[in-house]
Amino acid sequence: MEIDPFIFRLSIFILSIFIGYYVVWSVTPSLHTPLMSVTNAISSVIIVGAIIAGLAGNPDSIFNSSSIFGFLAISLAAINIFGGFLVTQRMLAMYKKKKKDKK
Amino acid sequence: MITANLSAIFYLISGVLFILALRGLSSPETSRQGNFFGILGMIIAITVTFLSIGNFSSGFVYVLIFLIIGGLIGAFIAYKIPMTAMPELVAGFHSLVGLAAVFVAISAFLNPQAFNLGSPGNIKLGSLIEMSIGAAVGAITFSGSIIAFLKLQGIMSGSPITFKGQHPLNALILISIIVLTYLLCSTQSSNLFWILIAISFLIGFLLIIPIGGADMPVVISMLNSYSGWAAAGIGFTLENTALIITGALVGSSGAILSYIMCKGMNRSFFNVILGGFGATEQTASSANKEQKPVKSGNAEDAAFLMKNASSVIIVPGYGMAVAQAQHALREMVDTLKKNGIKVSYAIHPVAGRMPGHMNVLLAEANVPYDEVFELEEINNDFANADVAFVIGANDVTNPVAKTDPQSPIYGMPVLDVEKCKSVLFVKRSLSPGYAGIDNDLFYKENTLMLFADAKKMTEDITKNL
Repeated sequence: MEIDPFIFRLSIFILSIFIGYYVVWSVTPSLHTPLMSVTNAISSVIIVGAIIAGLAGNPDSIFNSSSIFGFLAISLAAINIFGGFLVTQRMLAMYKKKKKDKK
Repeated sequence: MITANLSAIFYLISGVLFILALRGLSSPETSRQGNFFGILGMIIAITVTFLSIGNFSSGFVYVLIFLIIGGLIGAFIAYKIPMTAMPELVAGFHSLVGLAAVFVAISAFLNPQAFNLGSPGNIKLGSLIEMSIGAAVGAITFSGSIIAFLKLQGIMSGSPITFKGQHPLNALILISIIVLTYLLCSTQSSNLFWILIAISFLIGFLLIIPIGGADMPVVISMLNSYSGWAAAGIGFTLENTALIITGALVGSSGAILSYIMCKGMNRSFFNVILGGFGATEQTASSANKEQKPVKSGNAEDAAFLMKNASSVIIVPGYGMAVAQAQHALREMVDTLKKNGIKVSYAIHPVAGRMPGHMNVLLAEANVPYDEVFELEEINNDFANADVAFVIGANDVTNPVAKTDPQSPIYGMPVLDVEKCKSVLFVKRSLSPGYAGIDNDLFYKENTLMLFADAKKMTEDITKNL
């Protein structure tokens, strides 16, 4: 009997939860704010669904009800992707070690 | 046009890169590299999506236009936002992920052929369930985050909003979401789909209004988690590995952060979610307010105490963020260090309005991260320190949490500030903190209260050093 592909996706999902669990526990508490902003950015990979939806319209009707929602979702996700990664970058650049030449 | 198998492999690669992005955050040195991995993963995922569709018709131009509009707005916000506003920003971003999930679910529902999910009115059962979950969780994330954003921004009052029958109402709505999903799957009716989304928006709103301002660290983490589960739900619908992996990562990340925050307050997750904390206790404490003697001092006294100390521990809290005092604080510490005084910072897990809030603010003020310590790391040092400088923190230093089992914060891990030889407490007034309880520390023999704005007081102390 063949296994439903859903089971494979479910396996990936469950295993990823465990990876997430162990990886996130190893994140140092002082970086919890960047952790939130970067998880924000990566969860916006939902943009791939939005792009598929946006491109699904046929050439005569690019803006049908389905693709409009797709286009809007593209913009929302893009705000998050750019905003999330850049603000994380900005924060991480501020974390500095004690200077060696300190008196 | 690339084959489905090849694009699946690329999606897997970007999923792995996202894992590495989170892994990088285990230390500040590797974190920047981690962020780079995250960006790379995102670029791969987006490029592969374009290639797999391979339909470079006029629609493609519009996709790029919307992508660029969003990107510019995001980049602009990222560069402009002050660090003190990070909690609002993160809440705002969560709402966008939630709304994007809802929109993708709607377009998949309206045009299932584009996603290979069947035809309208005849969508595959599994996909329909996944889509409904994605849409419902996304909608809850959206409206919940909007409320969190408004509360953090101060547009909406931070005090809990409660009314009679709140919990039964919420339970009723949650049950009806499940019933609607079931009916939707059996009838494929688009009306039910819209109702499902509408009541999910409503429940997100109702779930967050009873939660007070200082519980926001839990709320933000929880919404972070929701946004992950919403993404995972959509990932199952789209059969996209990158999205499933990311959703699971973000979902568990948010859940762990919520757990850490709840533990930092010694409250159960449900206690926070059911809300209303602080609303009832406040009246009780004001009733039995007796006049206890308090020693108050000025900047000169504080400067004198600190100049004669050999080690000082700084305890920052939300009040420091409100007063924007982090830079002034760093200047004060620099002067202390010039005088050969050892200074370190003690951070309580729930200090501020989001996990790690204080650390970011101190980093912004150029405080080296190896001078900043977590509660467990530094709590034993208070007994050996000469001066504790409490700036903008309150409940997290209250010794009552260790001594009085009747207190609402009993059992909460607190910083042992009272063990210091002397305590300097910068505060505007004697008013109780968020939990609505009096802080015993105010009346201790070795406590000197400095009644002033945190920023101004810190600057004055520096002048007197």
